[in-house]
Formats: sequence, structure tokens, C-alpha cells
Amino acid sequence: MAGYLFFALKRLLQLAAVIFAGTSLAFVIAKLSPISPVETIIARVTNRASMSPTAIQSLRETYTQLFGLDVPVWEQYVNFWARLLTGDFGPSLIAYPTPAIELIMLALPWTVGLLSVAVVLTWILGNVLGGLAGYYQNSRFLKAVGIFAVGIQPIPYYIVAFLMVVIFGYLWPVLPIAGGFSMNVRPGLTFEYVSSVLHHAILPASSLVLVGMGTWFFGMRALVSNIITEDYVTYAELAGVEQGRIVSSYVMRNAFVPQLTALAMALGGIFSGTIITEQVFAYPGLGTLLIRAVNGGDTTLVLAVSCISVVAVATAIFIIDLLHPVLDPRVRAE
Amino acid sequence: MFSVFRDLIRYNIEFAVGVVLVSGVVLFALLSYVSPVDPTLIYVAIPDQPPSTQYWFGTNSRGQDLFWQMTFALRNTLSFGLTVAVLSRVISIVVGLAAGYLGGWVDRVLMFINDIFVAIPIFPILVLFYFVLRSNLDTFTLALVMASFGWPFDARLIRSVALGLRHREFTRHAVFAGMPARKIMMEEHLPYVMPIIFSTAMANMIWSIGLEVTLAVLGFTNLNIPTVGTALYWANNHSAMVVGVWWWIMIPVILIVLTFLGLFLLAVSMNEYIDPRSRLRRMGA
Repeated sequence: MAGYLFFALKRLLQLAAVIFAGTSLAFVIAKLSPISPVETIIARVTNRASMSPTAIQSLRETYTQLFGLDVPVWEQYVNFWARLLTGDFGPSLIAYPTPAIELIMLALPWTVGLLSVAVVLTWILGNVLGGLAGYYQNSRFLKAVGIFAVGIQPIPYYIVAFLMVVIFGYLWPVLPIAGGFSMNVRPGLTFEYVSSVLHHAILPASSLVLVGMGTWFFGMRALVSNIITEDYVTYAELAGVEQGRIVSSYVMRNAFVPQLTALAMALGGIFSGTIITEQVFAYPGLGTLLIRAVNGGDTTLVLAVSCISVVAVATAIFIIDLLHPVLDPRVRAE
Repeated sequence: MFSVFRDLIRYNIEFAVGVVLVSGVVLFALLSYVSPVDPTLIYVAIPDQPPSTQYWFGTNSRGQDLFWQMTFALRNTLSFGLTVAVLSRVISIVVGLAAGYLGGWVDRVLMFINDIFVAIPIFPILVLFYFVLRSNLDTFTLALVMASFGWPFDARLIRSVALGLRHREFTRHAVFAGMPARKIMMEEHLPYVMPIIFSTAMANMIWSIGLEVTLAVLGFTNLNIPTVGTALYWANNHSAMVVGVWWWIMIPVILIVLTFLGLFLLAVSMNEYIDPRSRLRRMGA
């Protein structure tokens, strides 16, 4: 137990370092931006009403203060951290004066929902099929799955999502290709709303599953085909242990654990995939928000989404890593 | 080196297919050097012509002959991927070999940094870079940024090999003979990780080209440079699919899928070649 606590503490330190480095990097990049949030707002205000130069000047001062830009950069950095810890990034520009964090909180559940469903499905499907393909190496069906996975795995998320829009939106329109739920359904915990949300999630989720499955399929197939040459598997076969049992508790179980660590490492990439998929399917998550923010020149919101992404992905990886010793006795022993 | 290549072609169908695909794509991209048209000009051909004997790949709504346009696009895309792969290989080799051979606190510090880079989601960061640099984001800058994010997985892989090499007899001989650490890493250990470097380079090219295509399709790169991604961007921008100019979208998609498939098969078959157990199985032992 003490060993596990030490391990958890070490990982917690690492989590803090990742979040610190990632958000600092985002802050530095954002500071290099030639787009000034103050000037963006002023341009928007003066667009609607003509103002005297003195009024514009006082407006500029007010906004500079509001965005905390009236102090040196290092102080801005310290303030940025203070605000980050309270979850306050300042007002967004595309939906001024709504705070950026409010927009993010509206979008985040969609992304987290889509991502978690897609990751769990991808991981299970890919690993089970890959494991079976590694064990039953002569199965026609599993060979076909392998060839399919080879073909689709290297294609970028965007292209697969786009092809699915073309197929299910234009050629055979059976599934909704845009939005998170139907316009005629009122959000709430009703059957209509939930089923509409699920219905709209089918295409984006399955495009993520299709692209992501291959990696797990190949990884698991390779792992399993190595494990079946181990002595204990041969022994179990000779001893007449049921084949189903060999596959599930002798072979697959030992191969799942390294795949779980791989999941932690792959999560950052899958997250990027989700952001792109959301944009293609106009899904109301973080990705769509990020791209709207970029096109609207919204520095605050872009910075906020980047920081939240770093925190979310790092935390998810941290949780998976904490699970690792629970599942693998060898790691526990260390 | 050459005999390995010959054996791979002969015994490994994936490798052979990969070589054919990649060399086909590279040859097509090389055609851009003998292209009769300037890729930056628009309205030089009749717009919206379907593929025919005159225009092999058809023409797009911007009045460009897609065949020649795509040769330039593919050349830029491939050289972009190659730049990222080469740059990030340098980082991953240095970090991986140093961490594996030197060990101790060097290893701990390097792997700590490595873990940070693994966990940072790159897409929002890349978008942030575009947001800041806008039109100043040229291909090389983008390659530089991606290369600085594309090394951690491979550095870990190289480190694990170097860890094993460190305790081998020949390393000890080299140490006793007074060889400096830098020389041991670069001259004694590097050849052993070369196969891994090749196969991860392919995977890295797939990764970087895929990200570039995605960024370009969303309009987040310099759209005046013809790449496969920007070709798709312009096609979407002119609603090619709705108007019925399907070849404008399908041809870049097919080309990029062929490229990815080729690179992927090369990476997979080389990986398999590195792993002696699966090599033995293939030979029927």
C-alpha cells in the first residue's frame, strides 16, 4: 500500500508538471499573438456607433484593465495562473461578455461524452478482435478484418469522417450528419432528448471507432501471437484446458494490461481526433468551439480551450496510469 | 543493407506492396519538375472538366489541370512529411540514446520531459500556433513545430533498445578502450537502432501528413501553397461535392490514401522484420 501511495504521489507530481508546462506553453504562444483582444472589441463597438476619440481612448483603457493587460507580462502570467486555478479566463470575444469558461462548460460534456464512448468502444472492439485474430490465425473472417483495418487505419480522421458524411448524408441519407440533437427536441432528461443525442452521436462516434480500431487490433494481434508461443499456453493446451478459457483467461488477460498503458499514451491523439470529427459533423463540443474561436479572432477563448484540453487529457492519462498497478501485479511489486 | 532490402521484397508481400505504392507516389510527385503549368496560376484551363484524355484527372472550379496541380501538391505534402520525420528523428535519437546509455539522472530528467510531451494534446497547440502566426506560418515553421512534438514515443522506443545494448560485451570493450560516451552512442549503438528509426520515420510521416491535411482542410495553414490538404480545402470551399465536381475531392483523397497505405505497409513490415520471432514464424520455423 505504501508503495502504491508513493507511485500515486509521483504520478501526481508528473500530472502537475504536465499541466504547468502545457498551459505555460499555451500562454507564451498566445502572448505572441498580434491580435489584441482590446482592439478587437473596440473595432466591434465602434462599428455600431461613432464615438469621439476621447471616448474610444477611455474605452480602450477600461478594456485593457478588464483583460488585465495593463501590467507587465510576468505579472500577467502570475495573474493568468491565479485565474486559471479559479477557472476564470476572462470574457470571450465572440460571445462578449459571456465568460470563456461558460462557453467551454457548455461544450465540454459533448466532447467528453463522445470521446469516452468512442475510446471505450474502440479499445474493446480493437483488442477483442485483435486478440482473437492473434489466436485463431487461420480464421477467414478475422483475416478480412485485418485487411480492412490495414486499409482504413492510416487514413486521417478528417478524411474518414468526411467520407461518412458523403455516404450517409448524400448517397444514403439514413443518419443525421450534423448537430448534437434534433432541433425540435427540448434539452432535458426525457426519452426523446436522450435518444436524439444518441442518434446524432452514431456517425461521429463510429468514424472515430473505425480509424482508431486498427492500432489496437494490430497491437493486440502482435501481443497475442507472441504470448501463444509461451510455455504456459502450450502446457495449458496439452493439459486439455478448454480453448475458450485459454483465450480469455490465459492469453487475452495478459495482453490487455500493456494495451491499457498504450491507451494512456494514445489518448492525446484520440482527443485531437475528436476535435476534428466534431468540426466535420458540426457537433457542439470543444472542437467546434475552438474553430469558431479561431475564425472569430477570439484570443481568450482559444487560449482557454487549449488550457482546458491540456488539463483534461493529462488528467485522463493520470487516471489510467493509477489503474495500471491495480491490474498488473508485476507493476505493483515494484 | 541491399541484401536485406532484396530479402524483404522477396519474402514480405506487405513490404513489396508498400515499396510499389510509395515509389509510385514519389514518381508522380517528381513529375512536378517537368510540369508545363505553373501551379500558382488559376483559370488556365477550362473549369469543371471531368477526367478525360485531355485532362487525365479533370480540372477544378479554379481552372487548374488537376493532374499537374496534384503533382505539386503531393510533392509539397511528401517533403513536408519528410522534413518533420527527419527533424524529429534527430531529437528522438539524441534523447533516446542518451537516456538509455547514460542512465541515472540524465535518464530520469529526459524521460520526465518526454512524459510531458506525450501528454500535451497537440492539435489545440497547433491551432494556437496558426492563430498567432497566421500568414507567417510557412511550411517549414509548421514542420518545425510538429517535429518538436513528434519525437517522444520514438525516443522511448530507442531508449529501450539502448538500455539493452548498454550491458552488452562490446559496449564494455568500448568503454575500457577509452571511447567517449558520445562516440559509443553514435558509432556503436546507432547502427542497432537504425531499423527502428526507419520504421518510426514512416509512422511519423503518416502522423505529420495527416495532421497537415487536417489543419489545411480546416483552413489553418498557408492556403496558397498547393498541398493535398489545401486541395481539399479549396474543393470544400467551392462545394465541389454539392456541385458534382466529385473528382476534385476523390482524386486527392485517393492519392493521400495510397500514400498512407504505402508508408504504413513499409512501417509495419519493417517492424515485423525487426522482431525476430515474427520473422521466424513467417519463414515457417
